[in-house]
Amino acid sequence: MPNAAMQNVAQLWVYLSASPLLWLFATLAAYAIADRISAATDRHPLANPVMLATIPLAALLALTHTPYTTYFAGAQFVHFMLGPATVALAVPLAAEWGRVKRLAVPITIALFAGSLTAIFSAVGIAWLLGAPHAVLASLAPKSVTTPIAMGIAAMIGGLPSLTATLVVVTGIFTAVIAGPVKRLLRMKDHAAHGFAAGLSGHGIATASAFHDSRIAGIFAGLALALNGVLTSILAPLVMKLWP
Amino acid sequence: MLPAFAVLLAFQLIGESLARVLRLGIPGPVIGLCLLVVACLASHRLRDFTLQAARPIISTLSLLFLPAAVGVVQFLPLLKSQGLALGVAIVVSTALTLAVTALVFRFVVHRLHLEERE
Repeated sequence: MPNAAMQNVAQLWVYLSASPLLWLFATLAAYAIADRISAATDRHPLANPVMLATIPLAALLALTHTPYTTYFAGAQFVHFMLGPATVALAVPLAAEWGRVKRLAVPITIALFAGSLTAIFSAVGIAWLLGAPHAVLASLAPKSVTTPIAMGIAAMIGGLPSLTATLVVVTGIFTAVIAGPVKRLLRMKDHAAHGFAAGLSGHGIATASAFHDSRIAGIFAGLALALNGVLTSILAPLVMKLWP
Repeated sequence: MLPAFAVLLAFQLIGESLARVLRLGIPGPVIGLCLLVVACLASHRLRDFTLQAARPIISTLSLLFLPAAVGVVQFLPLLKSQGLALGVAIVVSTALTLAVTALVFRFVVHRLHLEERE
C-alpha cells in the first residue's frame, strides 16, 4: 500500500511541522553541527556558529513554507534562556570585580565614546544613503541587546521587529570582524578588546569573546549591560538631530 | 545545578518585577544582572553556588541567539529594498565602534598607567 503509506507520511508531516518538538530539535541540531564546524576551524571568525546555523534553518523554513511564528513556537524554549543567561553574566563579572573597579575610568570613557560612535555613525551613514526616518530610528539602537533595542526603537519611531533583525546582523558581523580588527590594531589588552566587542555586538559578540579569553568575555558582558542602559538615554537625544 | 539555575531565575524575576513597577525602561534581565553582581560581591558562597549554573549557560550563549537570528527571514523583502543603506551603515559603523572603543580604552589605560602588573 504505497499510497496509504504516503498519506501517513503526509499526515506525519502535518503533525510534526506544527509541533514545537520538530523546530526545537532542528534548532539544537543545526547549532550542534555549526558549533562542531566552528570548533573544527579553531573558532575561525567566518565560521561563527550563529551565522552557520541560521543559514540551513532559514532555508528549511523557506523550502517547507513554514511561517516564522510556527518555527518560533518551538524555538521559544531556547529563546527564553536568554533572560537567565543575561543574569548569569553577573557571576564571572563579580569574580573579576577588583579589575573592573581598577579600570572604572577607561570603562566609563570608552563606554561614552563607543556608544556615541555606534549611534551616530550608523544613523549618519544610512541618512547619507537616503534611508527613510523609520529605518534610521530602527538602526539607532543596533548595537544593543534585543529587548532594550526593541524598546528604544518603539520610543523613537522605529520598527521594533526590524530593529531585532538589525541587532542580530550587527551582533554576528561584530563577532566576525572583532578578531581581525584586534589584530589590525595590535590590541593585546583582553579587557579593551572584550569591552569593544560587547559594546558593538551585545550578546552574540559576548558569546564569541568568551571563546577568545575569559577576561574578554567578562568585559564584553559588562559592556553589553552598560551600553544597553546608556543607549536608551542617548539614542532619543541623537535622533532629535534627525526629526 | 538546578538549584543554582533557580537562583538565576529568581534574580531575573526580581529584575522583571522592578522594571515593571518602577517603569525603568531597562529590561528585567539587565536589572537582575546588576542585582546579582551586588549579591555575589556580598556573599562569595552565593557566587560559587550560582557559578554551577552560570558556567554551562554562558558556554552555550551563542545557541540562545539562534531563534532571533532565524527571524531575519521575515525581513528579506525590506532588506532587499533598503539593503545597501543598511548594509553599509552596519559594516562601517561596526568597524568604527570596535576601533574607537578599544583604542579609547587602551589610550586611557595607558595615560593613567593602569596596565597589568602581574
